[in-house]
Amino acid sequence: MRNILTIFKREFVSYFSRPIAYAIIVVFILFAKGMTFTFGSFIASGDASLNYSFFSFHPWLFMLLAPALGMGMWADEQRNGTIELLGTFPISPWSIIFGKYLAAVSVWFITLVLTFPIVIAVNWLGHPDNGIILSGYIGSFLTCCTFLAITMFFSACTRDQVVCLIVSVLVCFVMVICGFDGFTLQVSRILGREAVESIASIGVIDHFSALTSGAFRLQDLVWFLSIIGGSLLGTSAILTAKRA
Amino acid sequence: MIEIENLTKQFGHKTAVDHLSFSVRKGEVLGFLGPNGAGKSTTMRMITGFLPPSGGDARICGLSILSNPREAKQKIGYLPESAPLYNDMTVIGFLRFCAGIRGLNGSARKEAVERAIETCFLQRVAQQSIDTLSKGYRHRTCLAQALLHDPEVLILDEPTDGLDPNQKYEVRQLIKRLGETKAILFSTHILEEVEAACTRALIVDRGRIVEDGTPAELVARGNGSLTELFRKVTTLDRAAA
Ligand SMILES: Nc1ncnc2c1ncn2[C@@H]1O[C@H](COP(=O)(O)OP(=O)(O)O)[C@@H](O)[C@H]1O
Ligand SMILES: [Mg+2]
Repeated sequence: MRNILTIFKREFVSYFSRPIAYAIIVVFILFAKGMTFTFGSFIASGDASLNYSFFSFHPWLFMLLAPALGMGMWADEQRNGTIELLGTFPISPWSIIFGKYLAAVSVWFITLVLTFPIVIAVNWLGHPDNGIILSGYIGSFLTCCTFLAITMFFSACTRDQVVCLIVSVLVCFVMVICGFDGFTLQVSRILGREAVESIASIGVIDHFSALTSGAFRLQDLVWFLSIIGGSLLGTSAILTAKRA
Repeated sequence: MIEIENLTKQFGHKTAVDHLSFSVRKGEVLGFLGPNGAGKSTTMRMITGFLPPSGGDARICGLSILSNPREAKQKIGYLPESAPLYNDMTVIGFLRFCAGIRGLNGSARKEAVERAIETCFLQRVAQQSIDTLSKGYRHRTCLAQALLHDPEVLILDEPTDGLDPNQKYEVRQLIKRLGETKAILFSTHILEEVEAACTRALIVDRGRIVEDGTPAELVARGNGSLTELFRKVTTLDRAAA
């Protein structure tokens, strides 16, 4: 536990001692706000729950920005050789994996917290259900955590950051598009309704939109946590296999 | 202190380390010689628990690196070949991090970091960012990391590689001094280093020990020249590949 904290601190400080964390935070907030007031037509639609005008764009942003933040997680260690230091320290590989993962997750947590002015704005303009907004934030955060875990897995697979970025974005994109209305509509036209069900089940949107509309279902939580858990297990397996 | 038994490593079909057995006692500085690609780094990576061996075992102070990795790793200070460091940290920040990982806290950590900085002459660059360090300082920062927890066993992979003659001299003196109370295994392909710092030396070639003895014995076997012996017992890179 103490080792997780030591690794976490180093990683967390490292994000903020490079431009990367600031860049991600600024880009995310600019786009999230920008979309809300343009495509989301936040003011005109009177969408006080923020569901359509704010949260619905998040998966599309995370799909690009989560891999951008996480692509160096293991690639840097492997290229610099610091993986050899970590591997010979008297700590378990899981402390390193958790410490690193939690540091990246925290950067995103901070980013989401920094979007709070919009919550103040809706409360000022109308009478939103703040429970639904909180649930939306949870959905958004879990989606981001899922994409980060996937990025971490691919970062362990290759020492090339660009390859990691491309593959992670691609996988996350597939997970987003599979539940996207425009896409599922096309699929149901061509392949019928059953195909949509099975395709949507690998997508993140199904679970995400349940949360943004205020429905807290156990199955969604299990889905998110199992993808995260699976990716972390995969990371550990890849790192072990690489050394052999 | 270090006991190695039949340590073997295969990469695919290639045998990098071939049933290596030797031991290093307390107070001994063992020079690990051999041409490039002889398997020195691979051996050290197995002893330090970074690479799992294909066969055999290494025991550090009686603790097997395979069955007791955490306890064994705690007893080792390791300087990897390329002296890897986190470039976004300062020297002192990096050493504090490493000390924390070694379980040192509060004043114990502060003292350990100060002592390591002093031992490796890092006072001048302590607050400097690692990515602005010269190669000599980078190497010594990584060496300082290996000394933080005052380990009983030191494994140093080419500790003088890339240093200027003054720095080489200093590091050799340091190894000699530390060797009085620790068991040290260090690799090099600079032959003078053996006579300057080692109490014993092994020459390995293609993963096997081909010579073992005190520097004086080895010099005698090479008719007065260590270089002569080295050239005789090791294969050329071309032949090995
Ligand atoms: N990860 C690896 N995969 C495949 N071959 C390797 C790997 N690491 C080392 N080798 C090979 O093992 C041999 C020994 O390498 P090494 O231990 O680095 O030698 P030395 O340190 O004595 O120069 C070399 O032929 C090298 O190419
Ligand atoms: Mg080497």
